[in-house]
Amino acid sequence: MSSGHSHPHPPKQPDIEDGPYSWHMALTDAVADLLLAKGVITADELRRTLETIDAATPAQGARLVARAWCDPAFRARVLEDVNAAAAELGIDAGAIPIRAVENRPDLHNVIVCTLCSCYPRYLLGAAPDWYKSRAYRSRVVREPRAVLAEFGLLLPDEVRIEVHDSTAELRYMVLPLRPAGTEGLDEEALAALVTRDCMIGTAVPLAPPRP
Amino acid sequence: MRRHHDMGGLPAGPVEPVEHAHAPWEKKVDAILRLLVGKGVMTLDELRRGIEDLGPGAYDELSYFERWISSISNVLLEKGVLEVAELGAAIEAARARREAAA
Amino acid sequence: MTAGPIFRPGQRVRVRAWHPPGHVRTPFYLRGHRGEILQVVGPMPNPEDLAYGRTDRPPVAVYRVRFARRELWPEDGDPHEDTVVADLCEHWLEPLETRA
Repeated sequence: MSSGHSHPHPPKQPDIEDGPYSWHMALTDAVADLLLAKGVITADELRRTLETIDAATPAQGARLVARAWCDPAFRARVLEDVNAAAAELGIDAGAIPIRAVENRPDLHNVIVCTLCSCYPRYLLGAAPDWYKSRAYRSRVVREPRAVLAEFGLLLPDEVRIEVHDSTAELRYMVLPLRPAGTEGLDEEALAALVTRDCMIGTAVPLAPPRP
Repeated sequence: MRRHHDMGGLPAGPVEPVEHAHAPWEKKVDAILRLLVGKGVMTLDELRRGIEDLGPGAYDELSYFERWISSISNVLLEKGVLEVAELGAAIEAARARREAAA
Repeated sequence: MTAGPIFRPGQRVRVRAWHPPGHVRTPFYLRGHRGEILQVVGPMPNPEDLAYGRTDRPPVAVYRVRFARRELWPEDGDPHEDTVVADLCEHWLEPLETRA
C-alpha cells in the first residue's frame, strides 16, 4: 500500500474513511438505535462514553509512572491502589481495580490475558491489536523470552520474568524501572520516556540520547 | 477439553506488531458495552461467554469488535432486551440510511 | 463460600483438573498444576455465575497464584526461573499435601 511519492493530503485511514458499510457495522448501529429508542441508554450517555474512550491514552499511565519515580510515597500508593493514585492526578481509571506490578533489577513483569484480552484500557486506552492476537496470548506465558526478543527486548538470564495472566476482574500494568542517566529530568520529561509497551512489559524505558 | 479461546501455552507464529486506530463503529461497540455493563443490563462475563460460544470459525474469522457486537446482540436477544424481528428491521433501516447518505 | 479465604499466602495448592463445559476463568494450561498462593485478592463475584446472568449469588475468594514455568512445561527444558501468576477462584484450588 505504501508508495514512495509525496501526496498533498494526509494519509487516509481505510478503516475509518473507506471501509464498506459491513453487516457488523449495520448491526452496531441497529443495536444502538434500538437501545436508544427503548430508553435503555440515552444519546447523551453514548456521547459522553465515547468521549471517555477517546480520553484514555497511554499518556495517562506515563504520568502516573513518572510521578511514582519522583515521589516514593506516591509510588507506594500506586502499588496499593492504582485507581486511587490515578484519581490524585485527576485521572479516571474506571471501576475495575488496576494493580501495578513493579519491575526490579532482578524481576521483569509482563502482562497478558490468555483467555480474552483484558487490558487496563480505562487508564491506558485501547489495547494494541498484537496484544489481542493469538500469537501473543498463546506464547508469552510459555516462552516469554522468545516473545520479548521479537519486540527487541533481551533480558539477562539472571532477571526473572513474571507473566501476569489477567484471569479475574483485575487489570494489571507494569511499573517500570526508571532508567539510569535520567536524574536531571523533570516529571514531564520522564513521562515522555514511558511508552505503552513499557507498561505492558514488552519494552523498558530508555534514557534519552545524550546531545 | 480445551476450548478454542483458551490458548495459553499453545504453539503459534511470531507476534506481528500490528495495531490500528479504532474506527468510529468500533468505539461505538465499546461504548454500548460499557453502558450496558455499567447499568447492569449485562455482565462482562456474559460478553465473554457469548464470544466463546461463537465457535472456532467465527472466533478466528471475525474481527475483535465484530465478535463483541455479535456477542452483545445475542445476549440482548436472550435477555429479551431486543427482539429478533425488530433487530432485523433496524439493520435494514441502518443500511438504507447509509445508502441514502452516500 | 462466604466463610472467608481458606488458603494463606505461601501455601502450596493444586489447580483442579476439571474440564466442565461453559464459561470458566481457569486457563487450561494451569489445570492439574501446582502453584503457590501469592496473595488473597478477596471475595469477588463468581464469573461462572455472572456469565449466565446470575448476579445475586454469593461471591467467591480469589487468589493470585504463582506457577513456575519449568513445572508447567518441563518438556521445554528452559533453565530460567520464570514464573506465571494468574487470578484463580477458590473452588478451583485444592490444598497440596506436604510430606514431612
